[in-house]
Amino acid sequence: MKYSKLAAASVTALMVATPVLADLVFPSLSYRTGPYAAGGIPYADGFADYFTLLNERDGGIGGVMTSAPECETAYNTEKGVECYEATKGQGALAYNPLSTGITYQLIPKVTADDIPLYTPGYGRTSAANGKVFSHVFNFPANYWNAASLAVNHLKEVSGGDLAGKKIALVYHNSAYGKEPIRTLEGLAEKHGFELVTLPVDHPGQEQKAQWLQIRRERPDFVMMWGWGVMNQVAIQEAANIRFPMENFIGVWWSGGDHDVSPAGDAATGYKAVTFHGVGSDYPVFADIQKHVVDAGKAAGNGDNIGKALYNRGVYAAMLLAESAKKAQEIHGTPDITSSMMRDGMEALEITEARMTELGMPGFGPEFTVSCENHGGPGTGAIQQWDAAAGTWSLISDFGPSDMDVIQPLIDEDSAAYAAENNIEERCN
Amino acid sequence: MFYREAGDFKTSYRDDSQTFPIRLDRMGYYILMFVAFLVVPFFINDYWVNAVFAPFLIYAIAALGLNILTGYAGQVSLGTGGFMAVGAYASYKLMTSFPEVSILIHIILAGGITAVVGVAFGLPSLRIKGFYLAVATLAAQFFLVWVFNKVPWFYNYSASGQINAPERSVFGVIVTGPNTEAWAKYMICLVFVVVLAWVARNLTRGMMGRKWMGIRDMDIAAEIIGVNPLMAKMSAFAVSSFFVGIAGALFFTVYLGAAEAGEAFGITKSFLILFMIIIGGLGSIFGSFAGAAFMVLMPVFLKNVLVGGLGWPTDLAAHFEFMIVGGLIVVFLIVEPHGLAQLWRLTKEKLRLWPFPH
Repeated sequence: MKYSKLAAASVTALMVATPVLADLVFPSLSYRTGPYAAGGIPYADGFADYFTLLNERDGGIGGVMTSAPECETAYNTEKGVECYEATKGQGALAYNPLSTGITYQLIPKVTADDIPLYTPGYGRTSAANGKVFSHVFNFPANYWNAASLAVNHLKEVSGGDLAGKKIALVYHNSAYGKEPIRTLEGLAEKHGFELVTLPVDHPGQEQKAQWLQIRRERPDFVMMWGWGVMNQVAIQEAANIRFPMENFIGVWWSGGDHDVSPAGDAATGYKAVTFHGVGSDYPVFADIQKHVVDAGKAAGNGDNIGKALYNRGVYAAMLLAESAKKAQEIHGTPDITSSMMRDGMEALEITEARMTELGMPGFGPEFTVSCENHGGPGTGAIQQWDAAAGTWSLISDFGPSDMDVIQPLIDEDSAAYAAENNIEERCN
Repeated sequence: MFYREAGDFKTSYRDDSQTFPIRLDRMGYYILMFVAFLVVPFFINDYWVNAVFAPFLIYAIAALGLNILTGYAGQVSLGTGGFMAVGAYASYKLMTSFPEVSILIHIILAGGITAVVGVAFGLPSLRIKGFYLAVATLAAQFFLVWVFNKVPWFYNYSASGQINAPERSVFGVIVTGPNTEAWAKYMICLVFVVVLAWVARNLTRGMMGRKWMGIRDMDIAAEIIGVNPLMAKMSAFAVSSFFVGIAGALFFTVYLGAAEAGEAFGITKSFLILFMIIIGGLGSIFGSFAGAAFMVLMPVFLKNVLVGGLGWPTDLAAHFEFMIVGGLIVVFLIVEPHGLAQLWRLTKEKLRLWPFPH
C-alpha cells in the first residue's frame, strides 16, 4: 500500500502541473510500440502531421489552434482505458483509437460522456446505424463494405461467377478479425462460394499451421483480416507455399507498405481493399512536406508520407477537421465543445470541390452524413502492390459494396445492441 | 521506540492470536480502512478509479487467489488468465440470462463456477508436480481462451465475439456500464477486496492453511502426519480459483465493461499475476497487495512522469517504462528474493529494535 500512495501523490502533482490548453483537442490514442506498431506509427504520424499543417498553414480551424496529444496504448485495451480517462479532461473533441478492441470499450463510455468516437474503416460495423449509435461514426466505409468489395473484385476476376469457388479467410482471432465473418457467410450464400475460416492468434507470428491447411484445402482465393506483424508473416508464408499473389487479397489494414516489403519481389501482385487514394501525388502532401516536415515539426521522421497508413491518418484527420469546421458553422462559435463536435460530424458533407480545395482531389468519396447513416457510402477500390516500383496502384475505380446484404446485418446487430442496452431509436 | 510489543499486554488467547498483535499495526490498519472507506470515495474521479484503483484492487484479488495456490499450497499455476476468463464469461452469461438477479450474486456465482473449473484442471496436480504441473495449467490457459473464442454460446452469438457488460445496480446505485459513478466503481471493488482478503488471511492461518503449507513444504511428510493430499490440493485449487474468478468477473463487469478472451485474458495476464506474487512475496497476504500495486501502478506512474512531467515522446517513454520496470524487478529479486513482503517484514524487525539495535 505504501507504493500506491507514493504513486498516487506523484500523479496528482503531475496532473495539477499540466496546464489545460484552450485548443481544439483531438487526442491520438496511438501505438508506437508492440507487435502492432508497424501500422500504428505511420497512422499516428499522418494524423498528427495534418493537424500540425492546419496550425502552421491556416492558423488552426476557424482561427483556433488544434492539438493532437498522443497517448501510447500499445493496442492494449487496459492502457486504452487509461489513455481515454487521462485525455478526457483536456477537452477532447473526438476519439480515434485505431483499435477495434478499444472501440468496443469506448462506445458506451463516449455516449455517456457526450464525446464522439470516430472509427474510419474499423470498430463496430453496426455503429453505421446512427439511430442506435448516437456518438459513434465510421464513415466513409466499414469492415462489411470491405468484405463485400473484396468479394465483388474476386467475382469480377473470375469472370462474373463465384459459384463453386473456395475462399479462405485468414483472420486475426479477435473482435477485429471476426467482424467480417458474418457478412462473408451471407455473401457465400448469395454467390454460392465456399468459405473456409482460419483464425490466427495474437500476435500472429506463427502461421505455419494455417498455411499448411491452405495448401491442403487449395482455395481459389485467400482473404486476410490481419494487423501488425501478422500481415508480414502471412504474406511471407503465402510466398513460401507459392500461393499466387494476385489471388491473395487483404482488408485495408493488411495493405500497408511495411506489410508487403519484407517479402520482397515475391509480394508483387498482392492486393488490398482501400477506401482512399494511394501514393503521395496530392497537393496536400507537398504542403505537409513544406510546412511540417521541412520545418522540423513532423511527428515522425517524415519518411512515411504517401505510405498507405500515413495517408489514412491524414484522411481521418481531415474528416475530423472538416467536422469541427462544420460544428463551428452550425453553432456559430469557434470554441466548440465535444457535444457540438458531434453535431458537426452528423452534418458533415464532403464534396469533390471541397477536397480539391484541401489539396486532396479524388482522394476519397463524396458523401453526406445524416442522423440515420453514420457509415457513409461504403465505397472502395482495390490496390495492388508492385515490389519493383515499391508502390501501390489502384486497379479499379471506387465502386459500391453490396448494401443489400450488409444493411440487414447492420440493422440486426444494432437492434441487438439496442435491446441489450435499452436504447431507444433516434432520428424519428 | 514506537513500534514494539513491550507494554502491549494480552490477557486472552484470542487477543494473542489476532492478525495485528502490535498496537501500531492495528492502528495503521484501522486508519487505512477509514481512509479507504470514508475518505477516498469523496475525492475519487474517473481517471483515478479507472487508471489506478480499479485495476489495483482487482489485480490484488487475483494475486491473493494465485498466492493461495502457489504461495501457500505450492502448486505452480500458469492458468490464471484462463480462470479469470471463466469468471468474466460466467458473469456475462449470468448477467444476460438472469437480469433481475443482483450483480453481487452473479459475481459470487461466477467465482463458484470458476472454482469448479479450477478443481477440474487441478486434478492432474495429484500426480504431477512443479514444472510439469505448470505446463498442465498452461494447457488450461490455452484451452479456456480457445473455448471462449470458439463457442459462440459464450458470447451470445455477437458478430465480433466481444462481450459487453450491461448496466446493473446494487441498492439503486449503478455499478456496471458507462454511467457508473467513480465512487461506486471503487466501492464495489473495495468491498470485495476487503472481504476476500479477510477470508484469505483467516483461511491461511487456520487448519486449512496449515495443511496447504504442509503440502507445500514436504508433501510426503504432510501425508504421514495425516494431511489428506487430495483434499488439501483440491481445496487450494477451489479457493484460489474462486478468488481468481471473482477478480475476472469484476475485471470484466466493473473495470473494462467489454472484453474479448484472447486479448484480455491471454497468457500475458497469467504471467503478470505470477510476477505480482513473486515480486510481492510468495505466501503473504500483504505481498499480494504490494505486488499488485507495483505491477499496476509503476507503469502508470512512470508514464505520467515521463510523458506528462518531462514531455518525452510517447514511444520513447513506453520503451523506457519497460526497461525501468524490468530493471527494478531484477534489482528487487537480487536484493530480496522473497519479495516486497520480506522487505516489509525486515523493516518491521528493525523498527522493533530501533533506536537501540544491540
